[in-house]
Amino acid sequence: MSEGAALTPRQILRFDRLDRTLHGFLMLSFLGLAATGLPVLFSAAPWASRLAALFGGFGAAHALHRVFATILIVVFLTHVGRLIARVAIRKDYGIFWGPGSMVPQPADLRDMYRQFRWFFGRGPKPVFDRFTYWEKFDYWAVFWGMGIIGGSGLMLWFPVAFAHVVPGWVFNIALLVHGEEALLAVGFIFTIHFFNGHLRPDKFPMDMVIFTGRVSEHDLKEERPAEYARAAAAGRLADAGPPSRRAWLIGRLIGTTAVIVGLSLVALILYAVAAQP
Amino acid sequence: MKSRGVIATLVTCWALALTVSARAPQDPPRATAVKAPAAPPAPTTDDCLSCHDDDTLKRSNGSPITVRKAVFAASVHGPMNCVDCHADLARAELPHAEKLARVDCASCHGDQVALYKQSAHAAARAGGADVAATCTSCHGTHDIRGAKDPQSRTYHLNIAATCASCHGNREVIAKGHIAAGDVATPFADSIHGRALSRSGLLVAPTCSDCHGPHDIRGKADPASRVSLANTAATCGKCHAGIATQFGGGVHAAVLAKGNNGAPSCQTCHTAHAIRHADDPQWQLTVVNQCGTCHQDKLKTYRDTFHGQATKLGFRAVATCADCHGNHRILPASDPASPIASANLVRTCGKCHPNASASFIKYDPHADKHNRERNAGLYAAATMMQALLFCTFGFFGVHTLLWLVRSLKDDSRPLPPPEDADV
Repeated sequence: MSEGAALTPRQILRFDRLDRTLHGFLMLSFLGLAATGLPVLFSAAPWASRLAALFGGFGAAHALHRVFATILIVVFLTHVGRLIARVAIRKDYGIFWGPGSMVPQPADLRDMYRQFRWFFGRGPKPVFDRFTYWEKFDYWAVFWGMGIIGGSGLMLWFPVAFAHVVPGWVFNIALLVHGEEALLAVGFIFTIHFFNGHLRPDKFPMDMVIFTGRVSEHDLKEERPAEYARAAAAGRLADAGPPSRRAWLIGRLIGTTAVIVGLSLVALILYAVAAQP
Repeated sequence: MKSRGVIATLVTCWALALTVSARAPQDPPRATAVKAPAAPPAPTTDDCLSCHDDDTLKRSNGSPITVRKAVFAASVHGPMNCVDCHADLARAELPHAEKLARVDCASCHGDQVALYKQSAHAAARAGGADVAATCTSCHGTHDIRGAKDPQSRTYHLNIAATCASCHGNREVIAKGHIAAGDVATPFADSIHGRALSRSGLLVAPTCSDCHGPHDIRGKADPASRVSLANTAATCGKCHAGIATQFGGGVHAAVLAKGNNGAPSCQTCHTAHAIRHADDPQWQLTVVNQCGTCHQDKLKTYRDTFHGQATKLGFRAVATCADCHGNHRILPASDPASPIASANLVRTCGKCHPNASASFIKYDPHADKHNRERNAGLYAAATMMQALLFCTFGFFGVHTLLWLVRSLKDDSRPLPPPEDADV
């Protein structure tokens, strides 16, 4: 092992097991919600009934939608619970500010400016800290989406109960927002996030870090030197060992499936929008 | 003296008369027989059947001239003579010519023929469509039986098949330019058709119950039993309670004013493919039927969850009729309407138990483009549109620029080959 470590680059742990598991369930429930929800949003599209029939008709698709919604709510609550535990129990306030935080900071604006300079060939390819600005956007897009889509979805699930709190016309808005926000989320994840995270030439066909949790020392040093330096100073550069072959294979399988399903759904959306009278 | 003279005169007269009668020609019937070649006695039915009950005899074109004695005897006209209908043969020499005069049923059935003459069939014949039905097309010829006879073509349970011989026959439909097309096939599968053919119900309506037997008129004819204005009365012969309900609703009122845009029974139920009203698939098609006139309402309905789920074939959520009622539809301004504001909690509560006054503020026909009616929804739609536009706009450009730059930029080596092989 020690000889091997000198030859193969060290693997640094970026996402722990729970993070990877949560992302796995996030993927599953998100794809499921999209596939069972889009037929309703585009009910007039010629494919809508057939896609619903794939799940056993609207009734079954509708029930599955709520199963996936429950899974996603549990994922969301687990994540939020972890954050609260970090603050309340470990007194780790790093989630609010600093390089370990997802909160947008002036450094992100600077990074984005550098990125655009690079796009136009006016600067070197920028390097980043632990989280890039587009990763933060992805994160907050999902976080915001969870609140908006989840909140409106629960309203539509239990309208009579919610009517004690809000007037009925709010359900009209809830349905619209649920659909439009879902369209935003689906469109964003299945195109922009897929590209940023996986399909761009640097990472093509996919970045395995979310499945294996590991990033090679070489990549970390090159792409996120500040994070690397901080980890080195803190002695957090322990070798996590190479990713297991099984995790790698499962990751590839799930990732490829997700990309195919996601892009197919995007194609259906584009078809429905184009076919609209 | 006088009486003797009278008796003598009478006796003389009697004697004279006797003499004259004795001298007269002796055989007056023989004198009639001499005229016989000009007017032979009419042939009896047996005379006719002596040739016509023999199926070896044929016309010059090879078609048989057969009339079965047993068949004719069993027909409703069995006791009559052939010449009662074939009047032109009463004085014809036998064997008679192949071409006979058309039998005039009106000589006995004047009322029925008079009604037939007002029918679409008669009009089509007058217009040159010789496939259009006459008396014999439905009743037959020598085998005509009474309508109460189960073997009759016009027996209640047989009428649909009789009409289908033309109205379910593609060739006849094409030749006769019958606009309604094949109505026999959908009728056979309809609730009425099945009640006749499967359940054998004499109370189930067949063709003639709606269209009439002899004076069948096209639906465009205002005097037709199946014209838009008259359908409710026609269906109401059986569905009396429903016809009364319908009569109290807005659609009947509009129809009564002569507006043929308004629906009648067949608009929603169809004319010939009528299904059981509990059939969920049929209930879903009615939504589109309402939408042929209430287009804006259908559009806004389809934007709601009710409209989306029903579009996917799911019946468990509200369609038009669940909120507006079915036969007696009333405007919201009518206190008896299920969508009158005082009744909404109950109406919505049919599906949403415990619906409250707050709950019914939901707009089942909300329009995100209508700022006056749905201010909140309009604002939300505008905001969502801006959000989608900005997000996809910014990241669309960001992604494209990134892709172009990455492809140009060869500063980074390609990933190791084992990473790229899956």
